[in-house]
Parts: sequence; structure tokens; C-alpha cells
Amino acid sequence: MKRGWLAVLAAPLLMAQSAPRPATKPVLVPDVSQRDIEIQYSFTGANLLLFGAILYPGGRLPDDDKPTDIVVVVKGPVQSILVREKQKLGGLIWVNASRLRYRSAPSFYAIASSKPIARMLDARTRAIYELGLSSLQLSPASSAPLQEQDRFARGLVDLKTRTGLYVEAPGAVEITDGVLYRARVAIPARVPVGRFTAETFLIRDGRVLAAATRDIEIRKSGFERFVARSAERQSVLYGLAAVALSVLFGWGAGVIARRL
Amino acid sequence: MDIYLPIANLSVNALVIVLLGGGVGLLSGMFGVGGGFLTTPLLIVYGIPPTVAAASAASQVTGASVSGVFAHVRRKGVDFKMGGFLVAGGLVGAVFGGWIFRLLQASGQIDTVIAIVYVLLLGSIGSMMATEAWGAIRRMRSGEAPKPRKRRHHPLVASLPMRTRFYRSGLYISPFAPLLLGFGVGILTILLGVGGGFILVPAMLYLLGMTTQVVVGTSLFQTLFVTAMATMVHATTTKAVDIVLAALLLLGSVAGAQIGARFAARVKPEYLRLALAVIVLLVAGRIALGLGWRPDAIYSVELS
Repeated sequence: MKRGWLAVLAAPLLMAQSAPRPATKPVLVPDVSQRDIEIQYSFTGANLLLFGAILYPGGRLPDDDKPTDIVVVVKGPVQSILVREKQKLGGLIWVNASRLRYRSAPSFYAIASSKPIARMLDARTRAIYELGLSSLQLSPASSAPLQEQDRFARGLVDLKTRTGLYVEAPGAVEITDGVLYRARVAIPARVPVGRFTAETFLIRDGRVLAAATRDIEIRKSGFERFVARSAERQSVLYGLAAVALSVLFGWGAGVIARRL
Repeated sequence: MDIYLPIANLSVNALVIVLLGGGVGLLSGMFGVGGGFLTTPLLIVYGIPPTVAAASAASQVTGASVSGVFAHVRRKGVDFKMGGFLVAGGLVGAVFGGWIFRLLQASGQIDTVIAIVYVLLLGSIGSMMATEAWGAIRRMRSGEAPKPRKRRHHPLVASLPMRTRFYRSGLYISPFAPLLLGFGVGILTILLGVGGGFILVPAMLYLLGMTTQVVVGTSLFQTLFVTAMATMVHATTTKAVDIVLAALLLLGSVAGAQIGARFAARVKPEYLRLALAVIVLLVAGRIALGLGWRPDAIYSVELS
């Protein structure tokens, strides 16, 4: 966090030094409040602060009155998933009827922007940069008709939105004096572990002018890491431990109850 | 007090889980059932993934049955020979059930099958218990002496070969009867995360015709081993046993069970049976409703 703010403060100086580059495009200097998120027993989610500075060539803000926008996207590791759709069977009960497999759907996707994305970019550009929940490239692993693919994609996005794993927050990015920006993204406790990326895009006049990425590592630590690893790698010992624990608890309670 | 469950991958309020375990433990102590049939659905309602719920509930039942088994062994209320055959059948059933579980999981129907089996099982056993308990209460009120039931095993049991003597149960029947019974209950243990006491006890009484004194102890004996096996099967196949969740449940349930057992000693058993029947029927009704109701989420996601 400290380092990040230093970078922001030092930005104008750095920019002056690297000025010889005859670039006409602005540059983004992004940072995040936490590069590592450790999941421990008390983990109920994290609040990420994403911030940074926009460096304009020559240190001059553009003098036209076109607005500058910032979009921040936090993505979790991609997963291969199976989405099932329920249908009513014989007018009686709901059962899983059809399914669609996705090879690489993001496990987490949060997009924060300074205004609704649809108002800054056209659909094609949004699709290229995967900006917005409706522009995700989910890559279904089947040749199902487009209509069905759409239905499943909407279902998936809706489900993930409800559990807080897909988030769209228009207006969540604050831009100060046209050069500093900040946004808060909530990471829920349900996130999977792995390498997350925080991408920042600078958008002006319907075009993406600059982009920069920072990595965030989310991992289980301490006891939680030990438990998850044991369950995966030492499953027999882990099972025996679970059985021993329950026998111990039951027996202990019996002994204590007889003394009382 | 929030606690992160490392296998379920979400954080829960520890107090809620302990209280949930406590409530189920209270009932299990009062009625002498494991209470798995309540834990699994309640955990699912709380938001725990169904597989993790079923896998972790089994260890709670293990804990609940341990102290019961010790108590019954001291009172010579366990037929170890009968229990041994039940356990042997149960272990095979648990492994076979694990295979069915994976098969259903792959086809995406596991949740529906669990719900339907619950409804059928709890619905029929609940109504049987309710009629029986109601009749007993009416007889008790009118002061009529209950007809002594003739202890006999089912004709099907008598037709099985290789009879042997079960001294404590007072039976001379084929070992295949408890083996098969144990096998069936073992499958249910894996699928539903239940101990199966609520099926085993009536089956031992009415199908095998065992002496009443050893029925509960022997049933608990089988439950102890088969739920332990179920935990092992889940730990090695679905890898969905959450030891933190199990510990929280156990903490509540073993304490609740002791309180429940003390309370049960002061209430007439007929009323207890009727109350249990009502709870069982309510759970069955709630699950049946869930099957037919339009679900909140039409779509579900699983890792592949």
C-alpha cells in the first residue's frame, strides 16, 4: 500500500525523467492495495483498493473537452466448468435436463468503471477487451445452437452475479483532477485460490488508449492451507483424522456427562 | 463469529453451525437416532454445497453414536455377532454406494436422487411411526393393555440358507439377512449422509425379529462403523469432507445429545416417538415441496 502511494506521488517526477519518449499516448501507472491475499480461519472476503495515475505525454492534460474514463477489471483464474439447466419433468419435479461445458470461464470477474461501459465503448471493442459481463468470452465446448449458448451464458452470469463472483459496478471508479483514479472491489469469501489479475484501461473517445496489469495472488495460508492440502494429497490419513476426531468428541462428551 | 471452511471454500457463522449441531444432537439424544437426516438438508439450506454437506454430516453421526455404543456395551445391549454381519454388509454397501454417488454426480442427478430418496424414505417411515405411536398413545389413554407382539422374523428371512445362532438376539437365522440389511443401509449412509438407524431399528424389530433389548445398541454399533467408513469413502473419492465443518457440528451435537438423553428419560416414549414422527414428516414434506417448487436457480455450476 505504502509503495503504491509513493509511486503515485513520484509519478510526475518519473514522467519528467522519461520524457524523451516522443509518445503521444498517455500511460497508466496502476497499483493495488494488496498483492497477496491470504485466506485464514477468519477470512470473510477482502476489500481491494485499486488506484493509480494517468501520465499524459508532456504532463499536460488534453485540452479538448472529451471525457477520460477508467475501467478496472479484476479476474480470477479461469476454470473448466459444467453448467446444468433444470427443467420441469412431467409437470412434477425440477431436474437437471441439459448442460453445456465451458473450457475457460473466469472464476471471478469484477468490473468497475467511471461510467457505464456501454456508454464509452461500442460492442465490438467491448468484446475484444472482454469488458462487461455481456462481453465475456466464455468459449463453450460444444456446437450447440447460438440461441442455446446465449441462454446458458445468461444463466451462468446471472448465477455468478447472485453469489457475488461476477460483479459489474458502473460509477465505482473515482477520477481526481483527471490524473488520479481509485476504485474499490470486494472479493467475496467464496473465491477460488490462484493468480488474479487487475487490469486497468484508459478510455477516451471510444478507444482504449492505454492498459496495464497487476497480479494479485490469493492463497490459503496456515491451517487452512494445511487442511486443503491434506484432503487432496493425503486423503486416507485425512479421512482417518476426521473419524478419530468424531470418535474422540463423542467419547469425550460421554465421559464428561457421566462425571457431571 | 465467522469461520472459513477450507474444503467448502466459504465462510460460515461458527455459532450457527454449532447451534445447528446442538439442535440435531438434542433430537438425536432424545429419540436415539443419529440425526443425519436433519443435518444434511439443514446444511444445504444454509448454503453448504450438497456434496460437502453429505460428506461432513456422516462424521457427526459417528460422534453421536460413539457414546451411545459405550453405554449399551456396558449394559450388554450389543449383539456383536449380529453387529459384525451388519457392519460387514454395511462396509460393502458403503463402497458400492460411493460408486453410485460418483455415477449420479457425473450425470448431474445426484441432488434430485437424494431428494427423492429422502422423501420416499422419510415419508413412509414417518407415517408408519406416526400411526404406531398414535395407536400406542390411544391405548395408553384408555388404559387398555398393549397386545404383546409375537416376536417372529419375516418368512423371507427364514428362507435364507446357512442358519446360525445369534445368542444375544435370541435368533437362529441365516447370516445373509443382516448382511443384506447392512448392505442396503450402507448405500443410504453414503448417499444421504445418514446413519440409517431409523431404518435399521424397525427392520431389526419387524424383519429379523430381534430381542428389543439389543436392537438399539446393535443398531448404534453398525452406525458407528458404517458412518466411519462413509467418511473414509468420501475422503478418498469425493474429497468433500470438511474437517472444520465436522468439528463445529460435533461440538454442538455431542453436547446436545447428552442434554437430549437426560430429557428423554423424563418423557413417555410414546410421545417421543410421535414427536419424532412429526419431525420426520415435516422434513419429508419440506424436501418434497422443494422438488416441485420452481427453484431459485435454474442453472447450476460445477467444476469439470
